[in-house]
Amino acid sequence: MRRVVITGIGIYSCIGQSADEVSNSLRSGRSGIGIEEMRIAYGYRSPLTGILPQPQLRGVLDRRQRVRLPQEGEYAYISTKQAFEDAGMDEQYRRDNEIGVFFGNDSSAKAVIESHETVVREKDTTLLGASSLFQSMTSTVTMNLSTIFSLRGVNITVSAACASGSHSVGLAATFIRQGMQDIVVCGGAQEVNHLSMVSFDGLGAFSLRTDNPQGASRPFDASRDGLVPSGGSATLILEEYEHAKRRGAKIYAEVLGYGFSSNGGKISEPSVEGASLAMKRAIADAALSASDIGYVNAHATSTRLGDATEALAIKQVFGRDSVPVTSTKSMTGHECWMSGASEVLYSILMMKGGFIAPNINFEKPDSDTEGLNIVSRPTDKKMEVCLSNAFGFGGTNSALVLKNL
Amino acid sequence: MTREEVKNTVNGFLVEDLEIEENKLREDALLKEDVGIDSLDFVDIVVLVEEKFGIKIKAEEMAGVKTLGAFYDYVESRLEVSGK
Repeated sequence: MRRVVITGIGIYSCIGQSADEVSNSLRSGRSGIGIEEMRIAYGYRSPLTGILPQPQLRGVLDRRQRVRLPQEGEYAYISTKQAFEDAGMDEQYRRDNEIGVFFGNDSSAKAVIESHETVVREKDTTLLGASSLFQSMTSTVTMNLSTIFSLRGVNITVSAACASGSHSVGLAATFIRQGMQDIVVCGGAQEVNHLSMVSFDGLGAFSLRTDNPQGASRPFDASRDGLVPSGGSATLILEEYEHAKRRGAKIYAEVLGYGFSSNGGKISEPSVEGASLAMKRAIADAALSASDIGYVNAHATSTRLGDATEALAIKQVFGRDSVPVTSTKSMTGHECWMSGASEVLYSILMMKGGFIAPNINFEKPDSDTEGLNIVSRPTDKKMEVCLSNAFGFGGTNSALVLKNL
Repeated sequence: MTREEVKNTVNGFLVEDLEIEENKLREDALLKEDVGIDSLDFVDIVVLVEEKFGIKIKAEEMAGVKTLGAFYDYVESRLEVSGK
């Protein structure tokens, strides 16, 4: 079977806007969470969010490229530019070689709502201009990346709620394994603004720990009270192993296994069976056993039911008090559509750096999360193989097994 | 508004908002071939004209407008029709 390796990475997140910055944050357990005051005035229950700088692309991209990017597209442009530079694939290389793109994204709410507000105010759709449509479609990220970076291979947005980014990696790997593509860009992007998270806030899913924003996201901890929304973009360049070797590429890791499942249950309820099936499939796909996994990057978002369900699933697959587990969402918040890809990237940085990023804010488990080997302090550890989970509304589950190379 | 004022305002948004190089803005310049304006740019120009002049123009009406000078004339005529 054709092997799939990762030869380029790029990241724009609330814990750093380069791989080095993010690696330092992960190593030291630095939170990127803060408060956006205007969410209170807008009517949010919780103003907690990942805090990211606004990208400045004037002078970087020409006008036509720039104005068609919504916020998550700007993030994705930056992380993808970093990843191509990291992989040594310049404009000429991209024109000479067919490159595909699968990218996770499941909303472009700010662009849609702002267009609506313009039409309500002006009563004239022609005053929306030419960019509104391209910013508003869920496929905005892939349509913009393929245009800006001259990509000519498979070109598909993956919309699978909070597992979008993870499935994009799995699908990209599958296309390469099957011999359909040699190089595929994948990742996930998530807008960070008060318009995009309003209905999620309305579900009552967000932490209300506003007196201590950096302590608000506390996956698996007994006192967790909800997730903290966040976002940005993560990009991974996947490449067929022999192809990467032939061109002398730097290789970070191998995508060994991809597992997926659907709960087939209620729309917002996680499932032990669904989560464990995705993990078991990923491990089997990698031709490994659970005991070969040296670290689990959990999906755990800091919600009561979600973390409890994943904890039970991890114990079912790996046994009690076994594999080290952390949720990097304790630092980043829940990067939603981006998270399944960014957490693959975070896991790679840990494997390359020989450390486990701490599950900050974990003080003690409850009856569901007890029995997990949760690492709450920065820990030096050499890891050869890790597993990254991502689960989403509608019961979509994805797990990826990665090997350090 | 005089034709010169129309010209200055149009050139202003072509340079500032559409980021077109100033040396391309000649009266006889063809909008597509010389200035480099494409069909989607015309959609944005409708918005800019409304914003800068307070009048609504239609992209389809601009089909017959080939040069930059003709575009100044077109905007000027629309301003006259609207009493501005």
